[in-house]
Order: sequence, then C-alpha cells, then structure tokens
Amino acid sequence: MTFIESLRRTVGRSRSDPTPQAAVAPAKPTLPTVATGPAIEIQPSDPLFAYLQGAPGVVDVERVALESAALAELRASGVRVIVPLVTQGELIGALYLGPRLSDQDYSTDDRKLLSTLAAQAAPAIRVAQLVREQAIEIQARERLEQEMRVATLIQQQFLPRELPQLDGWQVAAYYGPARAVGGDFYDFIPLPDGRIGVVVGDVTDKGVPAALIMARTQSVLRGEAPRLVEPSAVLQRANEILLPEMPERMFVTCLYGVLDPATGRFSYANAGHLAPYLRTADGVVELRATGMPLGLLADMRYDSREATLAADQSVVLYSDGIIEAHGPDGDMFGFPRLRELMKADLAGSEIIDAILDQLHAFTGGGWEQEDDITIVALRRDRGGAVTARPIGGATDVHAKAAETADATSSGETLLHLVIPGEQGNERMAMDRVAEAVAPLALPEARVERLKTAVSEATMNAIEYGSRNDPAIPVEIDVNVSAADLIVRITDQGLSGEIRETEEPSIEAKLAGEQKPRGWGLFLIKHMVDAMEVVTDGNAQTVILTLHLEGAGDASPAV
Amino acid sequence: MPAQPFSAETVVVDGRATITLSGDLNGTADDDLTRAYDEAHSAGMSALTLDFSRAAYINSTGIAVLVRILAAGRRDGIQILARGLSPHYIEIFEITRISDFMRIERDDPATVGGIA
Repeated sequence: MTFIESLRRTVGRSRSDPTPQAAVAPAKPTLPTVATGPAIEIQPSDPLFAYLQGAPGVVDVERVALESAALAELRASGVRVIVPLVTQGELIGALYLGPRLSDQDYSTDDRKLLSTLAAQAAPAIRVAQLVREQAIEIQARERLEQEMRVATLIQQQFLPRELPQLDGWQVAAYYGPARAVGGDFYDFIPLPDGRIGVVVGDVTDKGVPAALIMARTQSVLRGEAPRLVEPSAVLQRANEILLPEMPERMFVTCLYGVLDPATGRFSYANAGHLAPYLRTADGVVELRATGMPLGLLADMRYDSREATLAADQSVVLYSDGIIEAHGPDGDMFGFPRLRELMKADLAGSEIIDAILDQLHAFTGGGWEQEDDITIVALRRDRGGAVTARPIGGATDVHAKAAETADATSSGETLLHLVIPGEQGNERMAMDRVAEAVAPLALPEARVERLKTAVSEATMNAIEYGSRNDPAIPVEIDVNVSAADLIVRITDQGLSGEIRETEEPSIEAKLAGEQKPRGWGLFLIKHMVDAMEVVTDGNAQTVILTLHLEGAGDASPAV
Repeated sequence: MPAQPFSAETVVVDGRATITLSGDLNGTADDDLTRAYDEAHSAGMSALTLDFSRAAYINSTGIAVLVRILAAGRRDGIQILARGLSPHYIEIFEITRISDFMRIERDDPATVGGIA
C-alpha cells in the first residue's frame, strides 16, 4: 500500500463540516471530527512529504515555508496543524486538524498529547496497513487461483475422456497444464467411413479467456469436421467462424489431420502450428503445410498435404510447451532434442514417456512448467499394415508418395516463432534466432550478419506485411541442413509484394536526391549468402540462406 | 535482450563536441539525435565525435538517422568521427559507405553490440 493510499483511507475532511478535521480512526463514528470526505494527498515528490517525515512533532501549517502544492491545499482547507505519523523513519500517514472548537490556539499540552497519540498510533496503523495489504494480496491470489481452477475445469471438460480405439493403431495422448494454464488442446473427432480427425492446438494467452476460446475452437471443429472432412476446408471454415468472435490480440494455432486407419493415409492442414514429426525407418521428417493461425484474418487459405504411414511408422503432434521449456542454464529444449527422440522405434505411449523423461532430465528438479504441454502420438502397427486397404490404383499411390516427400523437410527445425506485427519485435526475433542457431557454433561475425538480416527482414514484414498491426503476426522459421541455414520470415503481404527499390547511394541521400531510408533490402542482401522472396496466395516469405560448408568467417558473397 | 530506449548526451569542450549514443539506434532516435546535434552546433562546435560505445543496436532506420546527421554536418562544415563501433557495425558502415563520409576510430575497446 502506498503512502497516498494510506492518507486517502485515514485522512480527509467532511463535506458537510466546513471545519477540516481529520482522524486516523474514529473513536466514536458520530463525532464531527471523523474524516469522511476526500483526502488531501501529499505526493512523495512534494517537499512537504520529506518535511513531515523529518519533523520532530506537531507541525503548524502557517509556520511552514515550502513551495508545496499539498501545503497550499491544506491551507486553503483551513488546516491549522499536521500531526505526522512516522514509524521506523517512514511517514505512513498524517492527521490534519482544523482550528479548535473553542477558537483558541492549540496549547503546549494539546501538542504533547497529539505527539504522544501519534507516536502510539503510528505503529498500530502501520500494522493495520500491513495486515490489510496482506489480506488484499491473499484475496488477489485466491481470485487468481480460482480463475485457474475454472480455466482448468473448462479445459478438462473439453479434452477427450477416452482415446479412440483403432484396429492396427496405437493412439496415445498427453496433456500437462502449466500452473498458469495455457490454451493447449487436443481432440479426436469421429468422421464418416471410419476415419478420425486429429487436432492439436494452442490459444494465445492464458487462463479463463484462453480456455473459453479453446472450448469454442474445439466446438467449431467438432461441428465442421464431420461435414467438411477435408483438412484445409475445415480450417478455412473454422477461421471464418472464429474471426468475428476472437478477442483482440488472441488467435489459435492448430494442426488438423484426418487419419484413415485402414490405409494409413494422414491428410493434414496447418494453421500456424508446429509441424508434426513423421518417423519412418529412414529417419524423421517434418510434415509441413502453410497457413496462418485461426481468428486473425479473413479469407485465409490452407494447404492440404498428405502422408501415408506404413507399418511401424509414427506421427507425433505436439505443442510449443515442449520446445520452449528452459533448462537451468536458460537453454531451450528445442527441436533438435525432440527430433532425436523421435528416431527411436517406440510404441505410442512409449514415445510420450520418452519425451517427458527427456524433458524432465533437461529441465532438472524443481522445474516449474512454463507452458502447457500437449503430445499426441499415432503409430501404425505391423498388423495394421497387413490389413491395409489400398484406395485408388498404383499410380495414385505413387503420386501421393511423391507429394509426401515434397511436403516434408529434409532439414531440421531450430525455431518456429510467431510474433505480433508490432514495431520493436524485430529485436526479439533477432535475438531468438541467434539463440536458436547457437548450437551450430557459427563464427561470431556470421551470427551478427544473420541477426541484422533477420532484424531487417522482420522489420519489413511488420511494417509492410502486417502494417504495424499487432493482431497480424509474422512467422519465423529457422531450419538447418548439412549445407545451409535457412530462415523464413512470412508475413501477410498486406502491402503487396516486396519490390526492388533503387540501389541506395550515400551521395544521393546526402544530396537529398534519395530519401535517407531505403537501406533494409540492401543490407539484407549483403548480410546473407542468398535472399529470395516467395509469394504464395496471401502470404509473402523472405527466405534468407547462409551456406554452412566452408563458411569460415568470411563475408558472404556480394 | 529487450529493446533499449535511445538517448543522446552532448558534451562540448573547446569547440569539440561528443555525442554519446545510448540504447537502440533506430528511426525513433531521430528527434533526440537531431536535438543533440543542434545543441552542439549552438555551442559552436567545429568537430563532432559520435560515440557508439553505449549503443546496443543499430538498424537500417538508425542508419537513415545517421545520414541526416551527416547531411547536417556537411551543411555546417563539421567533421564527424565515429568511435566505439564493433567490427560488425564497422562492416555495415563500410557496406553503406557511410565510412566514406565519417571517419571511423577503430581501436576503442568498447564497442556497439558489446554491451549486455
């Protein structure tokens, strides 16, 4: 509690009584000396504050010579004496007294009595203040905990109570709420022809608002998925429904897939969520598809992709609570550790156990979970593959296989980041990318160049792609292969395609023939080995490439 | 590291001005840096040193601010020297050719981007 608040509570003057009287606590509530009106506040910066804190006893208002707004107000209100309430050197309040009812000046005895009263009352008032502060804190904490309980209840209400039983498949799921309860969710939705919809999502924000949006999103998906089935159509429709309902600065990332247990086909679309991992005998690949989060912009389109799971293959959907968990040294768990874990040939529930075991070993004991953690694992058993029912001819199967290969990434994801389209966030993006590439041990000069390129490209994306609207995010993906480090910065292209401007010339700028700005693209090109701009429907992506082999500390090719 | 607010402090001694730039040098620094330059100019500076050793970050919009200061220096006949730049920002000054118009002191141990 601040000093001002203590004054407001303990000191004031009656609106009905023109004589300004004040008391810390009324002995008899009906006495005219009881303060009932607005307080006269003394700001800590007011010189009267320091004066009262050091005053030895009762202060005569007329004898104080200070340039003080509070003093002027007190004088105007007819206050004659101020009795500072000081305990342990801290001014915790003051009594303001008007003229005596007898119209005589305060006597020496009156002053002694007031000083004694103040000396005894001040510690008691301080104790009362502390008790009240503590009570308010407890109330606030209880209210927060109650909110968290409500949020947890909402989330648990909407999470599936049972896992689907699919012949030839192992299905496992895990949901671990953080203390502050984030907006993670997962779901399994029965679809026509024995197919099943699989959802993993994450609502921005935490607590009750996030839980309510989570519930609404699940409700929309449950309503639309059986009717539309096709993943991109389901996400597009969900976006149309959720957009007008979405609170400001909230959105939902969501991976929606449709599994045909009979054939192993897994078609999917992605609304800004982390790409699932597919484990095959040949290694681990990401199942990528582009699309912006739900509830952000109208007329969004989503890629639909497809993979086919053979026997002993698994797909794992997950949330960023795993990736962004921090160890004792501040390192993030990151994509590489998760990808490494995915290489093991494990049953569905064993995959989840292995991820959680590794996560807990990484974070160490006493870790307070920072965000919700959600994992859904689907694994096709050998028996399931034997009973697989092919759909379509051989040509179709090969076509789908090729599409699958195209949909996956040969590299390894180091970072997936969604930031609000707000100036200044490029700084955060730059630092997060630098943190993500730290394990590559690149020469410092290369990291600095990459940081500048990321900062400039993100700044462009925020200014032109998002038009500085925090509700319109920018996505940043960092991917590494043996040969290249690739950073993709994707925006909504609201201001159209990036156009090449004239080459900036310092002479022309100094002569006023060019604007002082216009260095961004020029700098980016000089900071990385390659820069490419790709426009895909709504989205525009700037792709920055650093060649890793034989990179050394040399400047990139200009 | 979170964004650092920009500030510019001017000291003029015997006509030699030093403006110490602190925090992030981006487009929002324009007013503060221009004000600092005008202060130094009013105090009768004949030469100006821009001290970047406390600047945490420079981006392209910050470069544009520097271009304005360079233009003002040329207009007023003021020689401008830069010191406290890290190797990375020296490289950027060279790529943009700002270094052709602003002499760079390279041996200062305190450097841009080197502070936490």
